[in-house]
Amino acid sequence: MSSSLISRSGSRLRSLMAFATVALLTASPAFAASNAGKYQAVLGDCEGCHGKNLAGGVALETPFGKLVTPNITPDRETGIGTYSLEDFRKAMTQGVGPGGKLLYPAMPYPYYARMRDGDIAVLWSYIRSVKPVKQAQNVNQLRFPFNIRFAMHGWNLLYFQPTALAPDSAKSAVWNRGRYLVEGAAHCGACHAPKNFLGADKPVLTGGLLQGWYAPDLTGNKVSGIGNWSGDDIVDYLKTGRNAHSIASGPMADVVENSTMNMAGGDLVAIATYLADLPPSGGPGGGVDRRDMQLQAGARVYRMNCAACHGLDGKGSAIFPPLAGNANVTQALADTAARMVVAGSKAVATPAAPTGPAMPSFAWKLDDAQVANVLTYIRNNWGNSAPAVEAAVVERVRAEK
Amino acid sequence: MAKLLPKRDAVIIGLGWTGSILAQQLTDAGLNVVALERGPWRDTATDFNIAYMQDELRYAIRKDLFLKPSVEAMTMRNAMDQTALPMRDYGSFLPGDGVGGAGVHWNGHTWRFWDSDFSIKSHLTQRYGAKKLQGLTLQDWGVTWNEIEKSFDKFEYLCGISGKAGNLGGQVQPGGNPFESARSREYPTPPMKMSYAPTLFAQTVAQQGFHPFPTPSANLSTSYVNPLGVRMGQCTYCGFCERFACGNYSKASAQTTILPVLMKKPNFELRTESEVLKINLHSDGKMAKSVTYIGDDGIEYEQPGDIVLVCAYGLMNVRMLLLSKIGQPYDPVSGKGTIGRNYCYQTSSAARMFFDGKHFNPFIGSGTLGQTMDDFNGDAFDHSALDFVGGAGINCVVTNGRPIGNRPTPPGTPRWGAKWKQATVDGYNSSMGFSSQGSSYPVRENYLDLDPTYTDRHGRPLLRVTFDFPENDLRMSHYLSDQMEKIAKPFGAKVTTVSRIKKGWDSVPYQSTHNTGGAVMGSDPTTSAVNKYLQSWDVPNVFVVGASAFAHNAGMNPTGTVGALAFWTADAITKQYIKSPGALVHT
Repeated sequence: MSSSLISRSGSRLRSLMAFATVALLTASPAFAASNAGKYQAVLGDCEGCHGKNLAGGVALETPFGKLVTPNITPDRETGIGTYSLEDFRKAMTQGVGPGGKLLYPAMPYPYYARMRDGDIAVLWSYIRSVKPVKQAQNVNQLRFPFNIRFAMHGWNLLYFQPTALAPDSAKSAVWNRGRYLVEGAAHCGACHAPKNFLGADKPVLTGGLLQGWYAPDLTGNKVSGIGNWSGDDIVDYLKTGRNAHSIASGPMADVVENSTMNMAGGDLVAIATYLADLPPSGGPGGGVDRRDMQLQAGARVYRMNCAACHGLDGKGSAIFPPLAGNANVTQALADTAARMVVAGSKAVATPAAPTGPAMPSFAWKLDDAQVANVLTYIRNNWGNSAPAVEAAVVERVRAEK
Repeated sequence: MAKLLPKRDAVIIGLGWTGSILAQQLTDAGLNVVALERGPWRDTATDFNIAYMQDELRYAIRKDLFLKPSVEAMTMRNAMDQTALPMRDYGSFLPGDGVGGAGVHWNGHTWRFWDSDFSIKSHLTQRYGAKKLQGLTLQDWGVTWNEIEKSFDKFEYLCGISGKAGNLGGQVQPGGNPFESARSREYPTPPMKMSYAPTLFAQTVAQQGFHPFPTPSANLSTSYVNPLGVRMGQCTYCGFCERFACGNYSKASAQTTILPVLMKKPNFELRTESEVLKINLHSDGKMAKSVTYIGDDGIEYEQPGDIVLVCAYGLMNVRMLLLSKIGQPYDPVSGKGTIGRNYCYQTSSAARMFFDGKHFNPFIGSGTLGQTMDDFNGDAFDHSALDFVGGAGINCVVTNGRPIGNRPTPPGTPRWGAKWKQATVDGYNSSMGFSSQGSSYPVRENYLDLDPTYTDRHGRPLLRVTFDFPENDLRMSHYLSDQMEKIAKPFGAKVTTVSRIKKGWDSVPYQSTHNTGGAVMGSDPTTSAVNKYLQSWDVPNVFVVGASAFAHNAGMNPTGTVGALAFWTADAITKQYIKSPGALVHT
């Protein structure tokens, strides 16, 4: 027994040394290309929709029905093993698969269309290198008429203008890199942009409702946006999942874990630089008077149920996020905040912030009116300002959860 | 036949405090570790939901988080000439269940046993002569204070313990415990804020010349980030600690300090609802090769491992050794054998004072919101003229003001009806208490073994507890009750009651979950089951970690010392054992 333990320790050591050798090899051009491709996959958060092994199967709820993400491993039958680089480029930048099959824009090709050829090429070499998985996916589960792919022709005509981003010479190189990432591979607008009636993203990052979560306003608005965040705050949030203002949970927890946490420091700074420069949105629209009865009732609910963690002053603590100045609670639509209360939510855990504290569900304890009241209070206290929440919103979220 | 699984570097039985600490340290050292936990997975937000965690009926009365006797019961008797009977429900003590173990539902008192505890026999013999210890099987622990101090420090910083040092590097510190052994640095967080009862207690006993100090607490006075980067929240003084899990991330437990990091490690795997039946030895009986367990699918598995870490509740650790035939079972007649030896408990009494016109607001509480005086603990006072050794910490801790359990009434109050109701209304807010938590010293006839009659659901013999309060401890406790009466007088209460412990331990009313010993550490293989590194003398790739290793129990809660022993063992494994597997101590 003892010898086996030693030999195993020895083999561990050997594998560590092998790892060190690999690390040295990263200087070689071939390895650099494949590594660069993997990094593009991080920037584009491919795993977020196509799964850890890229074999797809993740269901995306859309207002038009359910889309299940396809297998993009190099498996020839069920994946994209028969694609050429050109096929891949067309899918990424034009939303067109081999044979002219039109992709649904849940695949954020309107964003990927802005990626440079070189970045797409290295991404393709990485995708070719992952382990093929034989796993067919029933991708299109949309309702009529949206299940007809041909309809996407019209959608593309209306809403899709594949244009590369021309550098803005009035801005710094860092800002331009940030815009390239935010508007391109990182496709922030896929969640954070408001949608029109046919699901197309408007070209602003003022917040959007998707899959039952309201992705908050990323503009410089000081109430609903991130106007009070410093550049370092943005970097901290994307790198660790938390900062002094907020903590990532829900879909953003996955984005941090699969994507932003692994982005290079320089790219995070670039993203922060670009986001911090976004002009403030108009905000969520008027707040509620302090004398409002709903707000008064909400204050009592808050004191009994929320203050222990988030503080009577709404400032949170080293572990729990503040609600004062937390954009997640002051969006135009309160879906995310309501979901937090009735379903609970677990924050992302990253190596830099491993705790991953969670908000428990209060579904059992608070009824729809109480949740609406406490949210109205939270949205209009400590400097927050946002419209009152109706119990019907909570009822809807409770039904969805 | 059990299904054979791939071998791991280390197999851990039980993922409570000790299992989690060892898993963390061993995986950090690069070992591939699997933990087998009999109970369920438990996580703060989902299982300790703050929206309903304060359900006293569910958790405190119906004991939702505890081990059920249908899973594992024990038999008990007071003396060897009696027939032990199974406990139909856990009462006197409440073992934990599931991930986090008893560390989930503890009160959070986090003590360090003293220098004079680790070398108790040498110390007392030197001070009072060997005759003083007659009838007791007290023995040194094999580890010295200076060796283990760093391990206490590691556990306290892992947990963020709130307290005030009383002895920093030999310098007595004002406001702390002057009797504690020298510590290398201050507590990680300041003491909890005191409510009225402990404040009054501290004032009144200080006026009598005693040395009160804030009880060191694992319910944190402030938010804290531990060395693993895991964050804890500030305690809200809700008073739902003991028998409850903390929904606020404020009470140190495996969940709030280690698991967020441990569970993400690629070289760690946890299998819950997996009950280990026994440790299997190689045919020569000299080394363990695997454990047999029943998985959550009901299938029997054999999990081989190079090291087996027995990290269950102390009593279950002893049973696991007995069932696995590791070491020689203790025989109380001959005094030979080590497994089951030196089982100890806790020897306690309580004082209650009823006042007119005082408002203690006991609903502002926490498992460790209080003040302690150690003037009568351990060997802090001279026993030359006394007919016992040992002592007790005197604690004034406002653990809770829960509505079902906390209804103190003065003697003579009817047990029901309008007068009882009025008395509970009066007593709830205008009474306060303090208690003595006394040492428990080992004697030949208190021990653990396998029951000859009763078995568990798998047909394995139950553990049999043979215990009564030894004469030494009764004399100690009665002396403490006398002292508490004196201490209480200057408070000027309308009515004061002080309890006195009696011979005839009763397993039904709750007393304390501080069961210790049975697989004790030491430097002599004829009187200890494990060496100073908690390594089995008989099977050196088995380590038995927990209060089972205590050679006696002091007048303090055991968890601080349990945590320190876990770090101490982890150091021995990672720094010595994996470099050169085999016995770490040669005799």
